[in-house]
Amino acid sequence: MRTTELPDAELLCAELLRQLKARMPRDAAMIGIVTGGAWLAERLHRELRIADPLGVLDISFYRDDFDQKGLHHQVKPSQIPFDVQGRHIVLVDDVLYTGRTVRAAMNELFDYGRPSKIELAVLVDRGGRQLPIAAQYVGGTVSVPEESILVLDRSEGRDSGALTLRLSDQRRPRRAVP
Amino acid sequence: MPYSPSEQGAMKNPQLNAEGRLQHLLTTEGLPREILVHVLDTARSFLSVGGREVKKVPLLRGKSVFNLFFEPSTRTRTTFEIAAKRLSADVINLAVQVSSQTKGETLLDTIDNLGAMHADMFVVRHSQSGAAHLIARHVSAHMHVINAGDGRHAHPTQGLLDLYTIRHYKKDFTGLSVAIVGDVLHSRVARSLIHSLTTLGVPDVRVVGPKTLLPEGVEHLGVRVFLDMREGIRDCDVIVMLRLQNERMKGPLLPSAQEFFKSYGLTPEKLALAKPDAIVMHPGPMNRGVEIDSAVADGPRSVILHQVTFGIAVRMAAMSILMGS
Repeated sequence: MRTTELPDAELLCAELLRQLKARMPRDAAMIGIVTGGAWLAERLHRELRIADPLGVLDISFYRDDFDQKGLHHQVKPSQIPFDVQGRHIVLVDDVLYTGRTVRAAMNELFDYGRPSKIELAVLVDRGGRQLPIAAQYVGGTVSVPEESILVLDRSEGRDSGALTLRLSDQRRPRRAVP
Repeated sequence: MPYSPSEQGAMKNPQLNAEGRLQHLLTTEGLPREILVHVLDTARSFLSVGGREVKKVPLLRGKSVFNLFFEPSTRTRTTFEIAAKRLSADVINLAVQVSSQTKGETLLDTIDNLGAMHADMFVVRHSQSGAAHLIARHVSAHMHVINAGDGRHAHPTQGLLDLYTIRHYKKDFTGLSVAIVGDVLHSRVARSLIHSLTTLGVPDVRVVGPKTLLPEGVEHLGVRVFLDMREGIRDCDVIVMLRLQNERMKGPLLPSAQEFFKSYGLTPEKLALAKPDAIVMHPGPMNRGVEIDSAVADGPRSVILHQVTFGIAVRMAAMSILMGS
């Protein structure tokens, strides 16, 4: 398999932050998509000092592949602690690929209310879109083989919170079965 | 992917498919801990859906759920119906005692006919123990069965919603004392709950009631047996009151409802023997003044109406986990 040099997630994050500082409206609210997008959004939300609390979406109940894959093993509750109605929302995800996750997130968001505008911020765009979806804020682009999965990790412990990208054959490790 | 098939012997358990995933929900007996926790965790996410402007998610859009109630029930049927509708499934309610059964159609003929109408899931309530198992063995592989109560045997979603309620208020199962009080003999709720409490590691499960209303050999389920209610609920964290099931009783098991209330009815005075933060649960419908005093049922320690709300989320979780298997 062809190995690909992956960009430094911290540098991508800095670039994304620069774009958001420059162009994101001050009255916009932020929502991260579980899991990687929510981690990233936590960081961005803190650095940007957004007044409204951060929202979190777990799109498991809105996925279009439920019939093939069933329910994700660890669904987390979505929490939108502000009124979505009439708001400018910046959705945050780690990796933009097919666009299906973003579609699901937008569908879920509309069940909370009608936002005035939705924008998309992603750490990395790997191409391969299957839907007409684009990001307005992009940390960087990367080209990886179609079959591989690009995963964002967040470190725990001493340098806790540090973000790294890696290629994986599987999604994040599941909770070990006791 | 989720559960290792070797766990609890998937081959023996008719609820699990070849990959060890939950195909039917018939009883909590023999369900591994991971599956119970998976249902509870998923229910937690569905609970937040109930607080939104739009209370539906599109997960089961285009699926057909048949509520087959061979025995009357209002709350359970309604909460299953709401759960399915909040998952965007189409729900068909059949009160079967007034339908084909009176024309002599057998149970499995009824199921075959509904299968031909492209049913994806059956929610079955029946007075005969084992009815849901029979249907689960009969239906084709893409169909799912949830037991909504079969005779005295099991009522797994009630057991799961009780677990959910206990976890919601007590956070952790290890270290709890749970007393199940009253007509244990006729209660499928009690059985379903006892199995799942012990599986989740509750160290002290007690059953409390008169000897005539305790099943023989109940102590083999890993519970402590108390004939005296004051002893039985002393220092408990959770009290689960059961409904006195007059309609299931044959012969004189009890002196009278008044006598029962005196010995086993939960009054404020008896409740004071439990821990100060003990919660009171009841699967409903309640017989006020028989197994529970109104002052307790409507009091600050009662979580009985919250159980109903949690029940919808738990049924949504069970339905979507089954349909995704």
